Amino acid sequence: MRPFAFARADSVERALECRRGEPTGAFVAGGTTLLDLVKLDVMRPARVIDINALPLKDVERLHDDRLRIGALVTNTDLAYHPDVLADHPLLSQAILAGASSQVRNMATVGGNLMQRTRCPYFRDPTAACNKREPGSGCDALTGVNRMHAVLGGSDRCVAVHPSDMCVALAAIGATLSLQGPNGEREVDVADFHRLPGATPHLEHELGDELIVAVTLAPPLKPLGAAYVKLRDRASYEFALASAGAMLSLDEDLIGEQRLPLGGVATKPWRCHAAEALLAGKRADTAAFEEAADLALADAAPLAHNAFKIPLARQAIVRALRDAARAHREDDT
Amino acid sequence: MSPTPEPHVVGRRTPRIDGEDKLTGRADYTVDHRLEGMLHGYPVPASIAHGTLESLTLDAARAMPGVVDILHHGHFPDLHRSPNSMRQGDAVSEVRLPFEDDRIHYHGQYIALVVAETLEQARAAAFRVEARYHREAGVVTGLATGDDEGEAVRHYTRGEPELAFGLAPVILDRTYTMAPESHVPLEPHATLAEWREPDRRLVVHESTQGVFYQRNALARIFDLPIERVEVISHYIGSGFGNKLFMWPHAVATAAAARLLGRPVRTVLPRQLDMMTTGHRPASRQRIRLGAERDGSLVSIQHDSLTATSMVDRYIDACGGATPSAYACDSVAVHQRLQRVHHGTPCPMRAPGEASGLFALESAIDELAVALDMDPLALRLKNYADQDPRSGLPWSSKHLDRCLEGAAERFGWATRDPGIGAMRDGDEIIGQGMAAATWFAGRQPCAARVTLRADGSVLAACGTQDIGTGTYTIVAQTVAELTGVPMARIEVRLGDTELPAGPLSGGSMTTASTLPAVAAATRDALAALKAEATRAGGDFAGLDPASLAVEAGALVADGRRADFAEILARLGRSDVTGEGSAAPGDERREYSFRSFGAHFVEVRWDPGISRLRVARVVSHIDIGRAINPVAARNQVEGAIVMGLGMALLEGLVHDPRDARLVNANLADYRIPVHADVPEIDVELLDYPDYRFNEFGARGVGEIGLTGVAPAIANAVYHATGRRLRDLPITVEKLLAPD
Repeated sequence: MRPFAFARADSVERALECRRGEPTGAFVAGGTTLLDLVKLDVMRPARVIDINALPLKDVERLHDDRLRIGALVTNTDLAYHPDVLADHPLLSQAILAGASSQVRNMATVGGNLMQRTRCPYFRDPTAACNKREPGSGCDALTGVNRMHAVLGGSDRCVAVHPSDMCVALAAIGATLSLQGPNGEREVDVADFHRLPGATPHLEHELGDELIVAVTLAPPLKPLGAAYVKLRDRASYEFALASAGAMLSLDEDLIGEQRLPLGGVATKPWRCHAAEALLAGKRADTAAFEEAADLALADAAPLAHNAFKIPLARQAIVRALRDAARAHREDDT
Repeated sequence: MSPTPEPHVVGRRTPRIDGEDKLTGRADYTVDHRLEGMLHGYPVPASIAHGTLESLTLDAARAMPGVVDILHHGHFPDLHRSPNSMRQGDAVSEVRLPFEDDRIHYHGQYIALVVAETLEQARAAAFRVEARYHREAGVVTGLATGDDEGEAVRHYTRGEPELAFGLAPVILDRTYTMAPESHVPLEPHATLAEWREPDRRLVVHESTQGVFYQRNALARIFDLPIERVEVISHYIGSGFGNKLFMWPHAVATAAAARLLGRPVRTVLPRQLDMMTTGHRPASRQRIRLGAERDGSLVSIQHDSLTATSMVDRYIDACGGATPSAYACDSVAVHQRLQRVHHGTPCPMRAPGEASGLFALESAIDELAVALDMDPLALRLKNYADQDPRSGLPWSSKHLDRCLEGAAERFGWATRDPGIGAMRDGDEIIGQGMAAATWFAGRQPCAARVTLRADGSVLAACGTQDIGTGTYTIVAQTVAELTGVPMARIEVRLGDTELPAGPLSGGSMTTASTLPAVAAATRDALAALKAEATRAGGDFAGLDPASLAVEAGALVADGRRADFAEILARLGRSDVTGEGSAAPGDERREYSFRSFGAHFVEVRWDPGISRLRVARVVSHIDIGRAINPVAARNQVEGAIVMGLGMALLEGLVHDPRDARLVNANLADYRIPVHADVPEIDVELLDYPDYRFNEFGARGVGEIGLTGVAPAIANAVYHATGRRLRDLPITVEKLLAPD
């Protein structure tokens, strides 16, 4: 940890003001990513602004049935919020599949959107990493890459986006409210995280701004949802592959469908083609397997992570099966 | 008020006497000690594994706030390597001194120690140290695959193993491999070194399993008489073997304290703890078994290759248990050693034998399958009624009871041996078993017991409590012999100024320490009796031998006097007894080992390739358990560790340059609570009085041995996949055979 200036902000405006003119300035909420990385000398903010006093801790239902979630709502509070449990079960399941209860108690919605990759070379300041140090190279491409992405990677970066929550947001659809010195703007969650391409250090759309809220799309109803996270140990562990599924069935035919993936891609991944394939199909194993194959058709393995492709296929098939079951149970 | 009598405190479930101190933070771990003017050390690790350090640029680091000095090659006192002798008691984990030269032998090797006023300042400056290296080609990071690779270091043969293998009607030839494992003690390594005035004694607080070894080694390294070195370790947050012997951070810290004339404390961050303070080395083991068609073993050959570092020679003796495991006339064990560019390995819980039994007990299971025999029946068929290695009778062996008792409790008889034959919804149930064993050893030990005029007792021994409950069993021993209540017994451990005690390792502490404490207690009681019977005493004129001890009092002729009354009457503040104990010649008559059996159920969901351990039933014979709650806790913890060994744990080195890439608690996976299944442990109660007067053989390592093969055998039963490389991760389960 290198010395940094520290300020506490009691309003969004004040927070933005503290940050102004300090490109390495960092906001801290739960601190579950930032503090680790500062101690590892991976992030070197000259100024850290504590935003925990900002009034961004409410979940409110808008007139059009959308939920607007303050950026400082903790992962735990969100996962157990009655409206989330009732209307967005995938979000609750995905959050609770992540980290540990201690981490979820601290981590916030805004922080979860901003969390950094677990790539070991990113987290080691003496290794080559284009994300940490543009142009330095990528040690993961030819190094130990068991945990790395099979979708969305480039020849500069194959680091996985580690969030479970964001996988659910990709499925549900959400708008992020970003407040900057020149006012507030909205960005679709699907557009927020960037693919690494030639600029893996540019991870998201956030400029000189602060995420103040996440507004979920109106709930799909009726709906079956399932989040299947496959990992080495049973908890406190990032996904090797995860799949979310949201389905509505008409008789046994698939109506609405959402299929996002985690643990296998460089950003929260939505399988649009596979979703389109599922629409109108009978909800059975054959359809689920066909969708899984399509979702992974472009997957590109590295030396140590080829197993993620069959594993993700299994996660997809199981998530779709369980989502269909949940829908049928809900129906009866 | 007369004290409550304490009959049979030994063997009774006893809450830890230090539990409240630990719970409330009063227990003083090394990192809890602060001294006036104390500085903080923070090591700078090498970022390469093989080469030379060409230069260090320190200007930026030196200019950082609070920095007092930066030690490195070229700015470090001339010290002496420790002779590194177990016999002389000065063994160290890594004999190379820090900053000794400019060679880099492994990733994480210290290239500098930053010393600053605060930990944060030292760490911040450490990141500003810039190093230039000359990298060399030829980095070695994996074990070679040939049978003759490495250096032959150990060898055992009886009978004609090759000949018998060649003639056997049923043979098996398999190779088993294991990733290196990290100890991951909860408390990282830490040193607080002070050169105390007026005579500049070196006083070191260390999180160590062996204060005396560290004292002796520091004395050699700093060229001091041992009287001028004191090492203290009141509490340690476990070690599992990587705190047995001193590591370079302690030497660097003591040197910094001397150089700067101020106390220095260094607490290793988790990353450096995992890089530089040892691990269970990688192993590759070939097992060849020959058997008759009825299952009788006619040949066992166990060839092991284990890794060590470029700077030290640690031998992880994988074949240690093999010669004693089964009744078989022809057995050969070979051990080879290969150097790699990793940090130096060291003993880790059940060193050698935990790895060795993974191979041997997996192979026995494979043989059972080949013979179409129940693996439990195969083990009983080859049961060794005496130690086939020594030819001596066992002091006390009840492995058959362990196997049969655990099988019954587990429900082994209802197991369908067909692969994948037992289903539950999406899951396939797999059941496997394996035997456990660990040698029983003793070390010399001394102790001192003081009966005090206030009625309390002080028991002191230099050995340390590494979290296993030594404080409590010492108090139990004193309570048993004096009848003084546990609450009035104070125990002091973990200081080289106390009577010399053994390393806390090898599951030897209980059997080594308690006889010495008992001897000291008896000596103190004898002293008290002598006092009580002299003129002016409560029992003046009586024969001391006629006095009985009863509930904290001496009794004779229908009269009783509390210890406190006796001392008060004589105006004595206390009487003290000294005692010591050491192994005798019992090893000429008997072989001493603990045995046990693990039965494991796994759940395998082939639809999502998910494997979890569902339950474990273990019956373990450790002789007598002095404190059954603590003993059971040792076995339960070891089973969790075995689960990690089987399914999760492995240090990962980059194959290109031997850099360790998962030195943190997220990427090096130890089991979390959600991984821990129902664990059902039964400790058989067969006191082994041939070993010591308490009948205890010790507990700690035994629970780990056999767990990994029991799990691997259950995985085979569930999946039909014989996975011979640990940890058994999902890609291995998904890979084609």
